[in-house]
Amino acid sequence: MSDPNLLTSDVEEALRAGVRELLADKADAATVLGRVESSTPSDLDLWRTLVDLGATSLPIPESLGGQGVSWREAAVVAEELGRAVAPVPFLGTMLATAALLTLSDDPHAQDALKRMASGESVVVLAIPLSGPVDGPLARTVRSVADAGVADQFLVPADGGLHLVEAASVQPVVSLDLTRPVWDVTFDDPGVRLTGSGESAVDSALLAGSALLAAEQVGIAEWCLTTTVAYLKQRYQFGRPVGSFQALKHRLADLWQSIVLARAAALNAADALATSNDDVRVAVAVAQSLCSTVAVRAAEECVQLHGGIGMTWEHPAHLYLKRAKADELALGTPGRHRAALASLVNLPG
Amino acid sequence: MTDVRGRVKAFLAERDPATTDRLDFLRARFDAGLAWVHFPEGLGGLGLPRAQQELVEAELAAAGAPDNDPRRIGIGLGMAAPTILAFGSDELKQRLLRPLWTGEEVWCQLFSEPGAGSDLAALGTRARRDGDDWLVTGQKVWTSSAHTARWAILVTRTDPDVPKHAGMTYFVCDMTDPGVEVRPLRQITGEAEFNEVFLTDVRIPDAHRLGEVGDGWRVAQTTLMNERVAIGGRSIPREGGMIGVVSDTWRANPDRRTPEAHDRLLKLWVEAEALRLAGIRLRQQLANGAPGPEGSAMKLAFARLAQELSGLELEITDDGLRYDDWTLRRPDMVDFTGRDAGYRYLRAKGNSIEGGTSEILRNIIAERVLGLPSEPRVDKDVAWKDLPK
Ligand SMILES: Cc1cc2nc3c(=O)[nH]c(=O)nc-3n(C[C@H](O)[C@H](O)[C@H](O)COP(=O)(O)OP(=O)(O)OC[C@H]3O[C@@H](n4cnc5c(N)ncnc54)[C@H](O)[C@@H]3O)c2cc1C
Repeated sequence: MSDPNLLTSDVEEALRAGVRELLADKADAATVLGRVESSTPSDLDLWRTLVDLGATSLPIPESLGGQGVSWREAAVVAEELGRAVAPVPFLGTMLATAALLTLSDDPHAQDALKRMASGESVVVLAIPLSGPVDGPLARTVRSVADAGVADQFLVPADGGLHLVEAASVQPVVSLDLTRPVWDVTFDDPGVRLTGSGESAVDSALLAGSALLAAEQVGIAEWCLTTTVAYLKQRYQFGRPVGSFQALKHRLADLWQSIVLARAAALNAADALATSNDDVRVAVAVAQSLCSTVAVRAAEECVQLHGGIGMTWEHPAHLYLKRAKADELALGTPGRHRAALASLVNLPG
Repeated sequence: MTDVRGRVKAFLAERDPATTDRLDFLRARFDAGLAWVHFPEGLGGLGLPRAQQELVEAELAAAGAPDNDPRRIGIGLGMAAPTILAFGSDELKQRLLRPLWTGEEVWCQLFSEPGAGSDLAALGTRARRDGDDWLVTGQKVWTSSAHTARWAILVTRTDPDVPKHAGMTYFVCDMTDPGVEVRPLRQITGEAEFNEVFLTDVRIPDAHRLGEVGDGWRVAQTTLMNERVAIGGRSIPREGGMIGVVSDTWRANPDRRTPEAHDRLLKLWVEAEALRLAGIRLRQQLANGAPGPEGSAMKLAFARLAQELSGLELEITDDGLRYDDWTLRRPDMVDFTGRDAGYRYLRAKGNSIEGGTSEILRNIIAERVLGLPSEPRVDKDVAWKDLPK
């Protein structure tokens, strides 16, 4: 197998710069905090701008109104959204996009993708974000990400995927304020799409996990950068706190683990984009590492900010909540390692 | 691109690796500028972008060309060569680089002293001017390969009356000169991979000086930077190196498996794979001409992984209570995979000490990569001779 491409291209960097600029403008920490405390936690204005920028339809083919590029670019967007903990329904729609792409012979699936690409509709895959997704799904699906802004759902049932409108979408109190989850109930069987629901969900989980890894790198980097900046200006004992070696070493270790996490996340996105045979290993490696690194970065961020880190005004808590929720989403690190064990023949 | 490939093809057409003597082949390869293509013409290179080296290596490997055994000559290739290239006179470059690259002449690094390890700039080995020469006296320690080396890179103190960083001078030292005495220093594994080196009035010509008098610290920085970059240099397959050894041990010993060891193994497998990927990324950056600081992350991660893996390996090995051989020997290279688990466990302890300790590396990352403030310094403006020793 030839080496994966682990460098970002100029085009990807241009995309990153565009998204980052938009988020700096529309999703700074104070705005995000204000938004998640309101009755409409998802920022649909921001979402609309992202749709217009093409950031949400990157993997959808041009023939269906998308950008027709690849999951590598989608991963760049995920990373930037993670860096800003932006409250937009990106993950939920990307899960649906990946599932629909495997069923794109079906005209209803094509239609759904077109509507998603144009921003006319938000379709969300109805799986519990904290998984595991095995066995038949109940009439009510707990903890579906981004469900509050969806007008249609993809519901796995009877071995297929059904395009359905929900009977009810109940908000729940979520750990992660910036990506709330909802309980969704279905009555109507809707339209059954042709093709295997299982493999559609499987593709969605792979794509979603690779994007989560990118998001986790964004979260971890924000936490490290913010902590470093704070420790340079915070004085105690007559010195900047960041000059104390005990802290410098912790941050150096964190930086080191982010270097590895970034390589793993890029590899997962690249494997997904090139649909190579290695994608399962790549995703399991990326998810088990990036989850852990993002949580540690966010925990260090809170701790090293001292009292301020525990306050509601400081954005650190938004990142901690997102990082911990991401760790549980689509499989914990332990589950990904268990998957890896059988993939690489290391039985327990 | 095609140009380099064309050159390699033309070179191979003239010299069939199957029938050419190994050394003749390597010398000719150097002379053809295919040793390290980013070096200047006449010095083993063609003045091309570094990225093209991978192409050369791939073509030559495919043709079955002999390699120049970079493991045994690592100090020469990784550290001495770039320093000589940056600071040596033309004569010195002409004399030294070819046998260095072919491995005919092995190099060692006379930096550390009993009183100056992490704090390299504290070193006290004295060099005094004597006509066109310098006379060097002092003691070096932990010198890997000094017993097989023909040459050494050497840092000395030339002015004790100025602060420590300002009074150092860098030389190339001939290890066969009178006054150089090498004594084996037995280490934790039982063997003596490194040595003590005693220097007594060793006469070094001024022409063997690298950089200006008093500028040795800056020259040494070039060496140390290259040392850190050298780590992630080679491409390895998945499960290459220590993780492969331990994974195979796991597969072979179902009786010794526990859930706890399983989880540790999988965590380490994930990290080893991510480290491998970070290496690929670093090489891709290098090929694009802009390596990031990730090399130091890799050295730090490598040392920790090697230590955790080798510890785990002993636990899951059939009989980890045995050791293969405590005989005092003086090997000419580290044989990590040729020996048993106990050796690996012990030798890996050096990975976080050699080439700069993990603690020093963390300081460097914190200050130079993350930009955190340095600790208050007590030694900055004090003459070297007045420092507490
Ligand atoms: C296998 C092996 C091969 C070697 N080969 C060579 C060689 O070929 N040539 C050569 O010149 N040297 C060689 N060395 C020496 C090596 O470079 C030094 O051992 C190393 O730089 C550490 O110096 P030291 O041993 O004096 O430890 P010290 O500097 O005395 O350190 C002792 C402890 O204190 C810590 N410490 C020191 N300063 C700080 C600080 N500022 N902040 C936090 N912690 C600190 C260290 O990390 C270490 O844990 C080799 C060493 C080994 C183990």
